[in-house]
Formats: sequence, structure tokens, C-alpha cells
Amino acid sequence: MSSKSSGWVNKATAVLVKDIRTELRTRYSLNALFMFAFTTLVVVSFSLRQAALKVDILAALYWIIIFFASMSALAGVFIKEEDTKTAQTLKLYAKPSVIYTGKLVYNIILLLLLCLLVTPLFVILMDVSVPDPLPFVVVILLGAIGLAGATTLIGAIVAKANVRGALFAVLSFPILLPLLVAAIGGTNAVLSGDGWIGAENDIKLLIAYAVIMIAISVVLFDFVWNG
Amino acid sequence: MTSMVRKALQFGLFLLLAGVIWFSFSTPAPQQQIGQASRIFYYHIPMAWLTVVAYAVSLIFSIKFLRTKRELDDYRALWAAEIGTMFCVLATISGSLFAKVTWGVYWNWSEPRMLSIFLLLLIYGAYLALRAAIPNPERRGILGAVYSIFAFPTVPFFIFVMPRIMPSLHPTNSVVNQNLKFTMGLEVRLIFFVSLFCFTVIFFWIYFLGVKLHRLKLEHAES
Amino acid sequence: MSTISLQAAELRKEFGNLKVIKGLSFSVAAPGSLGVTGRNGSGKSTLMKLLAGIESPTGGKIILKESENEIAPENHFHYLKMVAPEMALYEMLSGYENLQFFARLADVEWSRKQADEMLARVGLAGRGEDLVGGYSSGMKQRLKYAVALLPSPKVLLLDEPTSNLDEAGKAIVKSVMAEQQKESILIVATNEAEDLKGVEQVIRLGE
Repeated sequence: MSSKSSGWVNKATAVLVKDIRTELRTRYSLNALFMFAFTTLVVVSFSLRQAALKVDILAALYWIIIFFASMSALAGVFIKEEDTKTAQTLKLYAKPSVIYTGKLVYNIILLLLLCLLVTPLFVILMDVSVPDPLPFVVVILLGAIGLAGATTLIGAIVAKANVRGALFAVLSFPILLPLLVAAIGGTNAVLSGDGWIGAENDIKLLIAYAVIMIAISVVLFDFVWNG
Repeated sequence: MTSMVRKALQFGLFLLLAGVIWFSFSTPAPQQQIGQASRIFYYHIPMAWLTVVAYAVSLIFSIKFLRTKRELDDYRALWAAEIGTMFCVLATISGSLFAKVTWGVYWNWSEPRMLSIFLLLLIYGAYLALRAAIPNPERRGILGAVYSIFAFPTVPFFIFVMPRIMPSLHPTNSVVNQNLKFTMGLEVRLIFFVSLFCFTVIFFWIYFLGVKLHRLKLEHAES
Repeated sequence: MSTISLQAAELRKEFGNLKVIKGLSFSVAAPGSLGVTGRNGSGKSTLMKLLAGIESPTGGKIILKESENEIAPENHFHYLKMVAPEMALYEMLSGYENLQFFARLADVEWSRKQADEMLARVGLAGRGEDLVGGYSSGMKQRLKYAVALLPSPKVLLLDEPTSNLDEAGKAIVKSVMAEQQKESILIVATNEAEDLKGVEQVIRLGE
């Protein structure tokens, strides 16, 4: 029924808005995310100032920064709910798929915001020349979406366990390996000037990865949320 | 299966494995270019194979557990994963030694199969770390199962997609090429397959023993 | 008018070797009420969580029916709402924002006027703009009632209903309980005998 499906979108949006509103007031994840990324970037840039960096190293460094920054903050959206005991309340008001969608979009927005801020800084501080901006932006966008897509479910898992921080990185890394390989490869190809053609395989992989991981997450999230 | 038959089969397995070990060293090295070190192929590949088999078994029971919520199913998933971890460590070490002898380096990230076995090691490690971090048994089983299932898609990705993208150090057309067609002599093939068979039997033997032991424990606890 | 009924059949909950709830069965139909009592640790909160669907039983079933049609477990939450110590509200949102959020999720028409009415009902008039983090524990408890009553739940579960409440708060709870029993189902878990006044059946856990 159309009213039911629009209700679903409406509710997921409510979850999203609630999380954004809360985040803007506490700035907890935002601070962690940006501070971490910025600090790492500055350390990298400063330490390597004498080095003439080849494109493949720059591509790798970029995603290392994004990866570690994500590890510091992306599980927050679920950990907060468990720690403040609002998760149990939420269970009585919304279906798992609604909650997952809201939180997934939140993580995607968070990560896109991070990339938006880090990328120009990276280009400037590391003196990167970007031959063709459009494929560069597309690779980063897809990488960010895939990253958020894969780690949202893991964040939900970690929120229900003990060790949290270290565990989030340990669980995420193997699952993110294909994404990192494709993202670094694609960024490398694009910055080397190979443009769309050079990055084609990597872009296809990034899209496939995001689609598959999000689809599986939707199915598995029920078990995590209700477990 | 009567005790006599079982003992006979176990002795048969012992003989087979002894034969494998003997012949793997007494026959000419399977791969001429690499030389003596290529003998590791008889052991390393079965170990790597079982790492994957163990994951498959663990995965099947993870899925089953999510449906049945029976503790025994969760144990099956865990036990298979523990045995798989052992084989994975063995495969990684044997692969690394082989790499050192043939290519001069203990590790090379560009080699897709090294990457694959490393990935499996990471997944197993993460799975066990996750389980260790959850005190509630039911939740532990559920979250472990979910992770196991979620991590699975990365495995075929690495085994099938990566080699097409990256250049490989693995001897491809010499003994085993990418499509696993065997371009080797009858003798080598025989020893290899018997070895593979023996290792597989050992895996399932350990697996079923462990499950049986656990089941007995459960029954004993109930009475 | 549709009739709601809730039935527990041979309910069991075990944590490893610890058997908290052993083979519990009861039923309650609308309009009606049920009290759950027992010493600390007897499983009252656990039972409430099972009924709410927040935790799943180790054995047995919880059957919720509307006009004799059984409702699937994943849809139970549409009919049940709960007020409990372990269920918190969003402290970084205001009273109004909490109400609006949960109203949206529950498909309830929301307007400022209705929110004000609800806040007045639970004795929080004029406090809607303040962040819940700044509320006293008694105020938080009252807001929990506001949030739970928003969708006019067919089954209202109350775990320790008067905790943190002063006399005025307790009176409000009494009136809420009385209203709920008139048309729907009320289930109360408590050790306060005062809270159980007016409840039809009472089950004791733990013995």
C-alpha cells in the first residue's frame, strides 16, 4: 500500500533527523571524526614534507586517513543508543529496517561530510595535482558510501559487545579490504591521469560492493537489533 | 559404526597419510623450476583448502543457528571456526615459508592468494575476538553468526575477482593454473589427491569428535 | 470494538544455567489488568521485557490476538507500549522533540496543541521546551508516560510504575492505570502493594 511505504520513508527520516539533531547538539562523533582526520593529515603532511610522493602513495594515504577516522566515530550512532538505554525504547516504536535505514543514511552523510572537508585539505597540504576532478570525486563518493554501508551493521554489532573501539576496527578491517583495494586503486588511477577508463574496474567494484554489503546488512540487521 | 570397523578405518587413514609423507619426499619434486621446496604443495594446498571448507561448515551452522537458536548449532559453528583457524594459521605459515624459499620474501601483498589466506585469518580472528567480547551466550551466538555471514562475501571476492586485477607471483601455469587444471604427472596427482583426502578426513574427524563431546556434555548437564 | 487478548503459554527464560522464568502461563483480555509481583530478582522485569518483545523467550510463546486473529511477533510493538526503568528517552532532545519523534514513528498525528495536552496530563505543562537531560528523575518518569500513552496502546506495560514519583505523580499514574483498564489491557510489575490496588489478577513470581 502506498501509504505504508511512504510511512516507512517518513519514519526512517524521523530516525535520521533525530540522530542529526542530537549530533549537532553534542558534536560527539563529529568532533572525533574531524579531529582525528585532521590530526592524521597534518602529521602525515608534515612528516612527509621532504618526500616527493608518488601518486600511488598519495592514494593510499588518503584512504588510510579516511579509514582510521571512520573507525574512531562510525559506530557511535548505535553505541549511543545502547549506552543511554534508548535502544530498548526505540525497539517498541519502529521496525528494524526503518532504524537501519535511518542510521545508514546518517553514517553516509557523516562520511560524505568528512570527505568533503578532508579532500580539499589533502589536495592542498599534500600538493596533489588532480588531472580530472569528476572521476576523482566519483571514486571518493562511492568509496565513502561503501565504507558507511559496510560499517553500519558492524557498528550495530559492536554496540552490543564489550570492548567497542578496538573491536570495531578488528571486525571492520577484513570486511573493508575489498573496498579499500578498489578505492585506493581507483584513486590511484584517477590521480595518475588515467581518468574514467583507468578507474573503470575499480568503480564497478565499488558500486557492486556497496550494493551487496547494504543488501546483506538489511537482512542481517533484524537479528542484531533483536538479538 | 562398530568399534572394529572404526579402528580399521583409522589405521587405514594412518597408512595413507604415512604413505603421503613418505612419497612426498621420495618422489621427484613436483615442480622442476622451483625444485625441492615445491613439495610443500602437497601440504600447503590441502591446508588452505580446509580453511575454506571449515569456514563453509561454520557458515552453514551460523545460518542454521539463526533459525533454530539451538546451542548445539552455535557450538558447531564455533568449533568448525576454531579448527579452521588452526588450518588457516598452518596454511599461512607454510605459504610464507614457501614464498621465502622460492621468491625470497616471506610476504608479498601483491600476491592475491596470500591476500586471500590473510583475509581468512583476519576474519577468523575477528570472529573469535567478537565472541570473546560478549558475555551473554545467546547474544554471542547470534552476533557471531551475523558477522560470519556478513564477512563471507569478501571471500569469493578475493579468491575470484582479485587475481584478475592483480599480477601474481604464484606459479600459475606450472603446476596448477588459475582454473585448477592439473598439468602434472600421474604420480604427483596421486600423492596430492590422497593428501587432500587425508587432510579432509582429519578435519571432519576432529570436527565430529568435538561436536559429539559437546553434545555429551549438554546431555550430562541436563541430567 | 475489537478485543485484544494477551496470552503467555509455558513461558520460559533461561540465561545459560540460570532459569529465571519456568513454565509460566496466564492470559488477560481487554478490558482487563494483570499484576506481577515477587521479590527482587524473581524475574518481574524479565517477564515484562518478554511481553514487550524486547527479549525473546527460551521456550513457550506469547500470543497476542485481536478479535481472535493472532498477531505476528514482529508486529506486536504496534499494540504494546511500556514504561520501565531501563527504557530511557533522548536526553539531548526536548520534551516536545521526544514526543514528536515517537509520534512520527508510531503514526500518530502530532500537533503542538496535542503535545501540550499530553504534557499537562502527566504534569509537565510548560516544560516541553527543556531538554530531557535537564529533567529531574520524576519528570523523566512522567515524560515516559507521555511517550507511552501517545499512540493509545492496546496493551500498556508498566514496570515499577511509581518509581521516582512524588504524591502528585503517583496520583497521575493511578488515573492512567484506571483509564487503561477500562478499555484495554494493563499489566503492572511492582513490589508496591499500593500500585496493585484495582488490578484484577495478580501473579507472584519466584516461588
